[in-house]
Amino acid sequence: MTVNLTLLLVMGVLFAVGVYLILERSLTRVMLGLMLITNGANLLLLSTGGPAGLAPIFGMDVPAETYSDPLPQALILTSIVISFAVTAFMLAIIYRSWVLGRQDEVQDDIEDRRVANQPTFDAEDDAEIPAETTEFVPPDEAEETPATNRARTEREK
Amino acid sequence: MNAAQIAPLAVVLPLLGAALAFVLIRHPNAQRRTGATTLTVTLALEVVMLASAWANGAQAVNIGGWIPPFGITMVVDELSALMLVVSSAVSLAVLLYASGQGMADSDEEGPVSIFHPTYLILVAGVSNAFLTGDLFNLYVGFEMLLTASYVLMTLGGTSPRIRAGVTYVVVSVISSMLFLVSIAMIYAATGTINMADLAIKLGELEPSTQMTLHLMLLVAFGIKAAVFPLSFWLPDSYPTAPAPVTAVFAGLLTKVGVYALIRTETLLFPGDRLNTFLMVVAVLTMLVGILGAVAQIDIKRMLSFTLVSHIGYMVFGLAMSSVVGLGAAVYYVAHHITVQTSLFLVAGLIERRGGTTNMDRLGGLAKLSPLLAILFFVPAMNLAGIPPFSGFLGKIGLVQGGVDLGTPVAWVLVAGSMITSLLTLLALARVWNRVFWRRPEDAEHPDPVLVATKPDGSAVRTTRHVEERPHGRFTGRGIVQLLPMPMVWPTIGLVAMGLALTVFAGPLFDLSDQAAREMLQRTPYIEAVLGEGAMQGAGQ
Repeated sequence: MTVNLTLLLVMGVLFAVGVYLILERSLTRVMLGLMLITNGANLLLLSTGGPAGLAPIFGMDVPAETYSDPLPQALILTSIVISFAVTAFMLAIIYRSWVLGRQDEVQDDIEDRRVANQPTFDAEDDAEIPAETTEFVPPDEAEETPATNRARTEREK
Repeated sequence: MNAAQIAPLAVVLPLLGAALAFVLIRHPNAQRRTGATTLTVTLALEVVMLASAWANGAQAVNIGGWIPPFGITMVVDELSALMLVVSSAVSLAVLLYASGQGMADSDEEGPVSIFHPTYLILVAGVSNAFLTGDLFNLYVGFEMLLTASYVLMTLGGTSPRIRAGVTYVVVSVISSMLFLVSIAMIYAATGTINMADLAIKLGELEPSTQMTLHLMLLVAFGIKAAVFPLSFWLPDSYPTAPAPVTAVFAGLLTKVGVYALIRTETLLFPGDRLNTFLMVVAVLTMLVGILGAVAQIDIKRMLSFTLVSHIGYMVFGLAMSSVVGLGAAVYYVAHHITVQTSLFLVAGLIERRGGTTNMDRLGGLAKLSPLLAILFFVPAMNLAGIPPFSGFLGKIGLVQGGVDLGTPVAWVLVAGSMITSLLTLLALARVWNRVFWRRPEDAEHPDPVLVATKPDGSAVRTTRHVEERPHGRFTGRGIVQLLPMPMVWPTIGLVAMGLALTVFAGPLFDLSDQAAREMLQRTPYIEAVLGEGAMQGAGQ
């Protein structure tokens, strides 16, 4: 099977530039990178069909090997439609992100940051056990109400 | 009768339902009825397909009458039929739950009218991925369900959902591109994309070429199935979506990836070339996932991490490539779809009843709502693998397979799965202790509405906090219906289905072992598509 060198080179450039753009933090660039990679994949599909030939419409006196392979072209068509939809959706998301936060960047997950930054000390597990273990509560502590409890936790914060 | 003849309906019916629901966009009630009816009919058809596949083995149908290697084929065998029935039952329950929630009872949650059509397209994509016998059609199925899931994930377009959606969309598109590139390479190497035909022709390639193609497919499906080094995106993006959406994603989407992995390993690239590698990946997925779960204080995030962790069990069963291991993995997938989805639905109910899923603020829910406590407790113990439940049976099967195999890596995996099971129990017991068991005022940041709620469980209409800040986050909590029955019933149904997996474990294990045997033989699948004697023709 012969392979078209120009096609291969273009494909390589598309993939390389696409990967570079995806690694950026700006959403618009990520989207451009995804578009380039999709097109690179489409070219790869095209080149799997072998060298270009006649349109694949059956003629009685045309030998079979002179036709183009129609299957990769059908696959590319499907893939173009899909990537079109995904690109449109990405654009909508980027626009929405801009409307909401005036920013065009991939944002950190706040909850992730919080878990990463939490200290190894855990209030529930690692607190010192109070020395007094009696079940009988002195009268002045017995009236612990939700309100005082809340006040205590807020003081601790 | 050839049950495969009705297989295309499992894809077409939800799509038609989606179209109808889209036309009825201004009539929410009609939309709900359309969705429920469509899914019920689809489920009934799939049960027929399962019964037929169970009795007669794999069957195939050629779409449009094109002869197999050229046209698109749909194959119904035990695995795909079982997956279809379980996934449809689960998605029906989630649809009813979502309809119950109304999806509209709060301000920003959003454009409800779009939910039903998108959801039905998601179901159609899942069915297509399970049924197809054509690699490119599998890609199309993936894209259908992914595109629908992008919309569901960002429903309402609030800031956290957009942030989560960006991660999700970019990662999914990259994995789809990897899959597309693998398809192109496979087509270049073999000249076919029919999976049965590939099963014969891939074996004739050079080992190094096979290895490349195999690895590319594994990476592409590994991202979708959230297997360890490729699982980072999942806990980042799932928890922010609305409860029913997260539930259905957790139940179905990663399992479609697992299904694709099973097909790759058994049908396309049989043999034990990468089994040790997969085992290492499996044990890492389990341990890293569950350690993440233990560190979380948000219930939904914790559940997302257990989801990742338990994908490891399925990869474990798959990597053993023995009838016992693979059969247990198939059973485990069915169990996990049901149980994980019901836990996410319960998390949605907890969010309604307690106003948050943050464990630092919740407390005392067992007293407020004993029903909710039972609904959480049963699937939680089921997921952790406590003896009478199906999680235990699935894990026993996997451990038995590992012990039978007896290699050092297999023993490591057996140990790893035990540890993971214990840590799952720990993570879920933490939820139980904090959310249900302790008094609300003992919470780290007590929730004023929960604290002020009377012990008999009746909701407080207004508290001081609500009066002080009329537009604060506690407003309206006492007024919305706390646990609407249309939401509770589907949850009860799913929990009961999880229990049914225990009660009918015998026949189900027979089915999954039969599925595993046929998958490892490969002949039934290939001959169903290409006709009798296809394997002999290829010199095998």
